[in-house]
Amino acid sequence: MPIRRTIANVGRYVADQVEGLGHFSVFTAQMFRWLVTDATRWRLLWPQLYQVGVRSLPVVVITGAFVGMVLAAQSYYQFEAIGRASWSGAVINVSVVKELGPVLAGVMLAGMVGGALAAELGTMKVTEQIDALRALGADPIKHLVVPRFIATFLMIPFLTVYCDFVGILGGYLVAWSYGVDTHEYWMHSADVIENWDIFSGVLKSTFFGAAIALISCYKGFGSRQGAYGVGMAALEAFVSSFVAILVLDFFIVLLLNGVYDLVWGRVGVFL
Amino acid sequence: MIRTQGDIARGSAAGEPIIRLLNVWKEFGGNEVFQDLVLEFRRSATTVVLGPSGVGKSVMLKLILGLLKPDQGRIFIDGTDITDLSERDLVPIRMRFGMVFQGAALFDFLPVRENVAFALREHKRLREDEVERIVREKLAMVDLAGTENLWPEELSGGMKKRVGLARALAMDPEVILYDEPTTGLDPVTADTINEMILKCQRELKTTSVVVTHDMASAYKVGDRLVMLEEGRIIADGTPEEIRANGDARVQRFVRGDAMLSEDSRGTKGQRDEGTKGA
Repeated sequence: MPIRRTIANVGRYVADQVEGLGHFSVFTAQMFRWLVTDATRWRLLWPQLYQVGVRSLPVVVITGAFVGMVLAAQSYYQFEAIGRASWSGAVINVSVVKELGPVLAGVMLAGMVGGALAAELGTMKVTEQIDALRALGADPIKHLVVPRFIATFLMIPFLTVYCDFVGILGGYLVAWSYGVDTHEYWMHSADVIENWDIFSGVLKSTFFGAAIALISCYKGFGSRQGAYGVGMAALEAFVSSFVAILVLDFFIVLLLNGVYDLVWGRVGVFL
Repeated sequence: MIRTQGDIARGSAAGEPIIRLLNVWKEFGGNEVFQDLVLEFRRSATTVVLGPSGVGKSVMLKLILGLLKPDQGRIFIDGTDITDLSERDLVPIRMRFGMVFQGAALFDFLPVRENVAFALREHKRLREDEVERIVREKLAMVDLAGTENLWPEELSGGMKKRVGLARALAMDPEVILYDEPTTGLDPVTADTINEMILKCQRELKTTSVVVTHDMASAYKVGDRLVMLEEGRIIADGTPEEIRANGDARVQRFVRGDAMLSEDSRGTKGQRDEGTKGA
């Protein structure tokens, strides 16, 4: 009965996914309850701010710089072909601040911060530290998840701004090396980029940060025993965070375009 | 005295058991860990729960603290049924307990001082100098004075267990649960831990539940020994009664002899006696 077995397997898979979503929803609700009712303790928050903000900075800066440089190298020849090389500045900088900066910074943090969070909490589960917290009458979500959530949520906008800044700088340096006129390059960029573009990019990043922290902490708490279990938790945290960033990005763009259209009257909702 | 389940369910007066597990069933992935387990722990006594690895000794401690829920059965702490209590309602119960975990389970994101002070900061509003005094006192009690600023990764296995004990003692618990306190330690360090357990018992008059498979430790610290196998109790008595128990399964464990069978026990016993005489 292969058909019956297949249907049973599909049914079991769907039931598992729905159950997992339910657990994640409860986990998220508990995290927000503690966030609202009991402010985090600074002695637990400071190390997380350092871990997420300071230790991630070099990777984010390198990512931003190369994104800007590659964009410049690609777009220069397209615009040069129509005799408008200095217009490349507008394309490079809009792409960096609206999309590539926030998304690629988010993806790098999903790998670096998300993987580390899941591995750290997974190890704490395996070594019974989470049980020890409960045995001492403390709530693990309050003590472990809330500080990590706040740190990731607060730091990711700053990291995105750094990523944008270095991306813009990297793009300009490559364009300058091709002999593009500096004045025209920046003038075209300033004509095209609005404050809203920068704001929307940074705003998006806060949602990415929240998703990375919640997903990674949840995966860490659900880690199975042993090195393999912890490794799988870190891997699942990265993959799920990555997918969440892409999905969130699409819907937030739709939402923000709708808001822009409502306030400033621009026509068109899609990208 | 043989106690019926009815006696056990009626509640806890002075001198009665402080912890009671009634008809507890627990399984993990189809593997029955406990089958209708009925067990009680008396106040101010040290009860040692023995059994081979995987028999569910650590699970039992987690059931007592409400860290795990039984599939069936009830768990009473001092007459209160804690089986269905929420995490929030379990907090006052857990504050009456201290638990020493198998691998110590020290918080590796906090130094020794903060590990020991953790429950004090969480549940009591004490002045900083008062917290400091209690931390120093508890660390001195486990012979680790001066280690406040060390981090868990700087400690040896035996030191970790002792810091774990100091952390468990910080709230002056009525009951201390020890999960394999001497496992993985050299004999001298293991005996130091045994002495610590006896010291707590002597000076603090706590109720202690020790789960272990270390017979030397069990004989040294235990007032009463309970042996588990395949989810059931196979022996329950004083150390002397366990030594004299005729059950081959008990003797196999006590002697650490996997080859010992019901038939060979007498022969083996005689051979041991002969060896001693020689």
